[in-house]
Amino acid sequence: MSDIAYVKTELSPTLPPPPNAAGPMKWLKDNLFSTWYEAIGTVVASAILIYLFMSIVDWAFVTSVWEASSFEDCLERYTGHPVGACWGFVDARFNQFMFGPYPTDSYWRPIIVGILLVAGLLPIMFEQIPGRKIAAPLMLGIFPWLSVALLHGPIEMTTLDSGLGIGVTALLFVLGIALGLYGRKNFNPGQTMIGFGVAYCIGVMYFLAWGLGLETIATNKYGGFMLTLILSAVGIGVSLPLGIVLALGRRASNMPLIQMLCIGFIELVRAVPLITILFMAQFMLPLFLPEGVDFDNLVRALVGVSLFSSAYMAEVVRGGLQAIPKGQFEAADALGLNYSMSMRLIILPQALKIVIPNIVSTFIGLFKDTTLVSIIGLLDLLLTMKQAITSTKWLGMEHTGYIFVGLIYLVCCFGMSRYSIYLEKKLHTGHKR
Amino acid sequence: MAEAAASAMDISDEVAIQISGMHKWYGDFHVLKDINLTVNRGERIVICGPSGSGKSTMIRCINRLEEHQQGSIVVDGIELTNDLKNIDSIRREVGMCFQHFNLFPHLTILENCVLAPIWVRKTPRKEAEETAMHFLEKVKIPEQALKYPGQLSGGQQQRVAIARSLCMNPRIMLFDEPTSALDPEMISEVLDTMIDLAESGMTMLCVTHEMGFARKVANRVIFMDGGEIIEQNEPEEFFNNPRSERTQLFLSQILAH
Repeated sequence: MSDIAYVKTELSPTLPPPPNAAGPMKWLKDNLFSTWYEAIGTVVASAILIYLFMSIVDWAFVTSVWEASSFEDCLERYTGHPVGACWGFVDARFNQFMFGPYPTDSYWRPIIVGILLVAGLLPIMFEQIPGRKIAAPLMLGIFPWLSVALLHGPIEMTTLDSGLGIGVTALLFVLGIALGLYGRKNFNPGQTMIGFGVAYCIGVMYFLAWGLGLETIATNKYGGFMLTLILSAVGIGVSLPLGIVLALGRRASNMPLIQMLCIGFIELVRAVPLITILFMAQFMLPLFLPEGVDFDNLVRALVGVSLFSSAYMAEVVRGGLQAIPKGQFEAADALGLNYSMSMRLIILPQALKIVIPNIVSTFIGLFKDTTLVSIIGLLDLLLTMKQAITSTKWLGMEHTGYIFVGLIYLVCCFGMSRYSIYLEKKLHTGHKR
Repeated sequence: MAEAAASAMDISDEVAIQISGMHKWYGDFHVLKDINLTVNRGERIVICGPSGSGKSTMIRCINRLEEHQQGSIVVDGIELTNDLKNIDSIRREVGMCFQHFNLFPHLTILENCVLAPIWVRKTPRKEAEETAMHFLEKVKIPEQALKYPGQLSGGQQQRVAIARSLCMNPRIMLFDEPTSALDPEMISEVLDTMIDLAESGMTMLCVTHEMGFARKVANRVIFMDGGEIIEQNEPEEFFNNPRSERTQLFLSQILAH
């Protein structure tokens, strides 16, 4: 019996899909109107959405007041119709929301910092924009100190007050350069790094003491959106590298002491609310520090926020490291790569790519958590707004004010979220196995 | 013909790997028991045995992916100790291919191949790329150089893995079940590459169950079971005339169908 014998003699042709299986009508029918009760649901939901949309448009654009010199300009009594948003209030206090109590005639300083930040970040964030190779080291090595100098002006360095201090630092600087050059000549990366590192630190110290020769503006004059940005930029800039180091330390099972320190730090910080850490930095730190040593309020908040998010970042990164198959570590080892090379070139690029969504979540969380610094008296965006609406000149501006602040946060956070999606797409290297 | 090729290959008196009295434990579990093995330069050794017999563990000890607790391993005259410098210099001379290829998925094929020469051997990029293309041609996939590993078939990936190891110009190659994760259609392309490599005189240690390969290129077959070397012999003698009972049982099982 050879009934089961069968031979295919020609290939089947490739056909287009039938007409009713594609197109917008098909999508509508499948998703919105597939049954009668779904159709009703669609209609009701659309009606609600349209009503909400119209109300928002009405509030923000139609019945809103764009120019006002005090709250009275936004009263129905004055305009003759019910009033929505009072954008005149935002307009009148805009500078305060952006810069807080920063001296008006020095606004150019934070503005230059902002422009430099954007100009430096764009080529790093988008590879279509040329100049990444130049921008990255500048942003890491020069921008932070340049911004400090621009925003704050000279910083008092007690070390540099005495002739002895100047002598010692100058000597160290020269020695550092010499060691660096010597190390480079002998291809000793350790010596090169230590030498140039010391010289760089001393260079930075002198630069900060000089502060571009500008007028000093104390940190208690910082506020508004500028302060929020400073807190989150420093928090983001510190927490990612520190988090990576902590995560690697936590996995370093061959160095139990370092591992224990990392675990201890991460668990301790994660077990405590951010507010507590900020309070600790504010009120407890002075108790432990020797007499006369004092940190600036803003610096305390920066340290608190950075350490807090580093602990979270460490766990996020560790999650990514766990996801890398053991074979990748082994392949890197077998090729003779040392620990730092295999982490830098093989493991971290893959691990960080996996956790991009979580990293950005942490950044977004950090950005919003900066509002907590108002508790220790720093005038961030939210607190600035709070103060503005208590002014007797601007009574009843809660809606406009808080929605404006909310919009700023929304734009920033949504931007970060979109960027993370862009990054994920860019780094997706074909079909993963 | 293959045998003629095999016998034409030179095996020098120079010792490439010397393992003596090596023991290894995983916790309390004694995985490798008193391993003694001398590999001369140019030798091609196939290691077989049931799963869990310690054959992978043994070759992974040779480049310190696993640590041994007793005895000594000397590779190219350098003894493996906890000294990181020794480990690194041995790893530079010993190439390894894995069952699951372990290519770096975030790098292109070419980048996979030039990474170690550039960073470990400090070869200039241009030179490293030329070497990489040379070896990619040898394994017959130069046209895939700019693709990512995920876009290649298993057989192609394993050939890239071989090329990647060769780019470091190793003196010894270790293969840890290189064809076990492959579809039957792709096994032969990988084995062909390995046969070419054997004919070029490379010292090879290969954990595999490809008995055809063993007959063709090996000059010694080692049978392991329970963490011990049970039997070793020339391939003809080993397959036709196994001496120990365990070897006979193993061979009858894998050759049964």
